Amino acid sequence: TVGRSFLCRPVVPYSSVSNAMRRSLSSASPMSGSDASAEPNTDKLFTAEHEAMRSTLRRIIEQDINPYVDEWEAKEIFPAKQLFKKLGNAGLLGVTRPVEYGGLGLDYSYSVALAEEYGRVNCGGVPMAIGVQSDMATPALARFGSHELKEQFLRPSIAGDLVACLGVSEPTAGSDVASIKTTARRDGDDLVINGSKMWITSGMQADWMCLLANTEASVKDPYLSKSLICLPLDLPGVQRARKIRKIGMHSSDTAQLFFENVRVPASYLIGEPGQGFIYQMLQFQEERLFGAAANLLGLELIIQETAEYARQRKAFGQSLLDFQTVHFRLAELLTEVELLRSMVYRATAKYVAGNDVTMLASMAKLKAGRLVREVTDSCLQYWGGMGFTDEVRVSRFYRDGRLLSIGAGADEVMLSIICKYMRTLPKPPKK
Amino acid sequence: KYIHIINKADMAASKGLKILVGCKRVIDYAVKVRVKPDRSGVVTEGVKHSMNPFDEIAVEEAVRMKEKKLAGEAVAISVGPPQSQETLRTALAMGIDRAIHVEIPLAQLEKLQPIHVSKLLAKVCESEKPDLVILGKQAIDDDCNQTGQMLAALLDWPQATFASKIEPSQDSKQLRVTREVDGGLETIDVSVPAVVTSDLRLNEPRYATLPNIMKAKKKPLAKMSPDQLGVDLQPRQEVISVEDPPVRKAGAKVESVEDLVGKLREKGLVK
Repeated sequence: TVGRSFLCRPVVPYSSVSNAMRRSLSSASPMSGSDASAEPNTDKLFTAEHEAMRSTLRRIIEQDINPYVDEWEAKEIFPAKQLFKKLGNAGLLGVTRPVEYGGLGLDYSYSVALAEEYGRVNCGGVPMAIGVQSDMATPALARFGSHELKEQFLRPSIAGDLVACLGVSEPTAGSDVASIKTTARRDGDDLVINGSKMWITSGMQADWMCLLANTEASVKDPYLSKSLICLPLDLPGVQRARKIRKIGMHSSDTAQLFFENVRVPASYLIGEPGQGFIYQMLQFQEERLFGAAANLLGLELIIQETAEYARQRKAFGQSLLDFQTVHFRLAELLTEVELLRSMVYRATAKYVAGNDVTMLASMAKLKAGRLVREVTDSCLQYWGGMGFTDEVRVSRFYRDGRLLSIGAGADEVMLSIICKYMRTLPKPPKK
Repeated sequence: KYIHIINKADMAASKGLKILVGCKRVIDYAVKVRVKPDRSGVVTEGVKHSMNPFDEIAVEEAVRMKEKKLAGEAVAISVGPPQSQETLRTALAMGIDRAIHVEIPLAQLEKLQPIHVSKLLAKVCESEKPDLVILGKQAIDDDCNQTGQMLAALLDWPQATFASKIEPSQDSKQLRVTREVDGGLETIDVSVPAVVTSDLRLNEPRYATLPNIMKAKKKPLAKMSPDQLGVDLQPRQEVISVEDPPVRKAGAKVESVEDLVGKLREKGLVK
């Protein structure tokens, strides 16, 4: 499989994450990205197979998802078990995962192609939950988990038989992952888990959680004291405390969970103890590109839909679309969407060719979050009173889209990363 | 090599039918078709194309017959430009075993008619010797509804068009086909080899799973030219012009039946 080999290098213990980043940056020029290779040809990024897969996904969205979205939004949950099984049967949940466990072993360009197609879903909640299942809860397991662990958790997640969730954020720690408080202490052959997790996508329905917890009490560095653990959620001591009510992403169930002396075998720990944060960080590039890619089509469609609405809406004796402020503004917005698309494709091509694209991926995520807010806000304005109602798509997109600047890496975190690459980030204050 | 003995053999006991399925690459059904400014045809450049929906149904039927062990081998064929290969790959991804592409040069593409396609298919049938040819009943671009019928005539084979069901006959020696006709449903028995054309309610086509899309890359796809098959593509028709249908005018509401009849008389639509 192309471009995956560099990710399978054994993890060298870093003295700390920031040192590791500084080391990789020392050989790079500050603002141009960290590779010396020629700009990959993004025109060849997507092949006929990518298009064929998008066609299959489009059919499933049209048959099995969109007809039910309004119902799921109203119920504030979607049937993950049923839908993931359909996606799993079509091979959509393990596109970049190892063939040995039911995946297709393809490169990341396939994930991006499919992510774009998910923009066709009439809400943000369902693609977000699918993204967690296919791209966010399982990369560390796929790369570093033991064979037994992969058989027990990875294979069924790829097949769509188990619903997965990612347990990183806590009530007191969102962006500041290093400050999470959940612990998993060794007791004989078990790990005993205590703590809580917050804002967990699919947390109410999930069968298992990829949990990040503090395991190395003796390690001072907060980036090296944590581990990733496969946690079945039907164990005694796991409490799905509540489904959180949100302003958007209604069809996705978001949970707060508590863990009280939950016991799992120590073998449920993924890879090496203490490496949990590093493992999770390795897939941030993919997570951020996914977030950016998944919104491109939706933005294009809402701009088109707004133009069509404005065309037939009359005001002051002419079609709303004929006011220059309206058609010029929509043109500006579409220009920005195409720019973001180019950046996503460029970063994907570089990543697939084996390069580190942390800076570009962070930029893409930052831009995507802000652009979604800008586009949906401007378009909603042109829908007037109707834009403020539940009867049109733009209002749902406005609500759902607001999360992108917050989740999967807040804008401020993205800005800090870019500043690190620009060497403009101030040194942390001495304690 | 496959030996053509099916006419006399009991279908259930044999290796299964060999099926040839026709697929045409057409403008996607969801596209808003636009007429070219010079009125010589419709805009096809840069427009989304996909497999003719009735052909998808034909492909699905062939794959289902394989799964039911009624068929042993299913071959897809497409007559068209280089991009028809993508259409064939879709068929392969749905479960067809191998594909044949009869490539038509771009210059001759616009003038290609069902008569030419049926002649090309007839030639291929001479060498491939299928037991059953399944075609879509018509293509959604020209709506001709001719190729299947012409092919059967050229081969002197029985035809069963507008099929909504295909199954073995009572004695398993023939095919029992239910046809959708104006008066309702007609059921006929046809001996093989035969030509069947698929109608809408024959089945609901599957979408290709991602693993099958990747597997399709490795399945054989053979290329042929009309010259190799010895078929003359001389056009028999000339398209004079292509125009948009008239824009639908606003209607008018009437209060009573008398008003309605009066209005119809006014327009000279009723004496």
